[in-house]
Amino acid sequence: MGTVDRALVRDVSAIALASGVVGISFGALAVAAGMPVWLALFMSVVVFAGGSQFVAVGVVAAGGSPVAAVFAGLLLNARHLPFGLAVADVLGRRWPTRLLGAHLMVDESVAFALAQPDPARRRAAYWWCSGLLFVGWNLGVTVGSVAGSAVGDPATLGLDAAFPASLLALLLPGLLPPRKTSDAAPPVDGAGAEDKAARARRVALVGAVIALATTPFLPAGVPILLALLAVGVALR
Amino acid sequence: MTLYSILVLAAGTYAFRLAGPLLSDRLQVSARAQELMSLATIAMLSALVATATLTAQGGFAGWARPAGVLVGALLAWKRLPFVVVVAAAALTAAGLRLAGVP
Repeated sequence: MGTVDRALVRDVSAIALASGVVGISFGALAVAAGMPVWLALFMSVVVFAGGSQFVAVGVVAAGGSPVAAVFAGLLLNARHLPFGLAVADVLGRRWPTRLLGAHLMVDESVAFALAQPDPARRRAAYWWCSGLLFVGWNLGVTVGSVAGSAVGDPATLGLDAAFPASLLALLLPGLLPPRKTSDAAPPVDGAGAEDKAARARRVALVGAVIALATTPFLPAGVPILLALLAVGVALR
Repeated sequence: MTLYSILVLAAGTYAFRLAGPLLSDRLQVSARAQELMSLATIAMLSALVATATLTAQGGFAGWARPAGVLVGALLAWKRLPFVVVVAAAALTAAGLRLAGVP
């Protein structure tokens, strides 16, 4: 493992730890909503999408039907389709890695892969992030579902701020103009990189505005998909 | 949640996840298309950042969370290590809640 990978694993471990603690609260919630421990863990292994798991269990706990719960969860997870197009090269063409890599696809691993400069590091980032998150999330759910109501609210630890902050930290370098420092590599295509960052900035801003403006009126997940329209500002 | 509904959710989610890589076999992915897909991902991730920062159950999430994310963003902009960014965001939000900010 090189030094780059060591830094990568350290960064990814921080997210996996946070996700583990959120997993603890999901486990506790699922058991409180009447799910047996094995079923809560089974769900987090086969679905492995925290947001949709909270939403689905929440809908049922609030008296909604299982159909409504599944529909709400699927709506939230539809974003994985366009994510998959973007990280298809990372998953390669071998079937075993592709089938496994697709199951492990989460927001964080997509963002981590996107933040890397070259294909080898994209692959390393995707697999380390996905793998450690899978372990962290499921360990957390196991602990939470066994500990049950003894578990506190992860918001007390501020972990609800950790998820958006981590995604933002990964996005930011691609949105800022490239640094003009003497120790940086000589600019191969300085103007091109600046244009690219400016385009990314516009798309990011418009996407965020679309999602925020539609969130009060639409079910969770749909505003994220509508944000895709923001790519239109880069088409001109 | 019943076992059956969990299996349906899992199967549907997996279909979404696998569809991208499978579709990319069929598509002729030009450099331009690759760039647009990166931009699409940026659009969705920034939408996730915005909604996860500011909203909860379709309404405002309160001040502690966006304040934490803002501190994290400033540190990320100053290029502090990723772990520091994430920890500072969480600690800020936790500290504010401890002080009574929702």
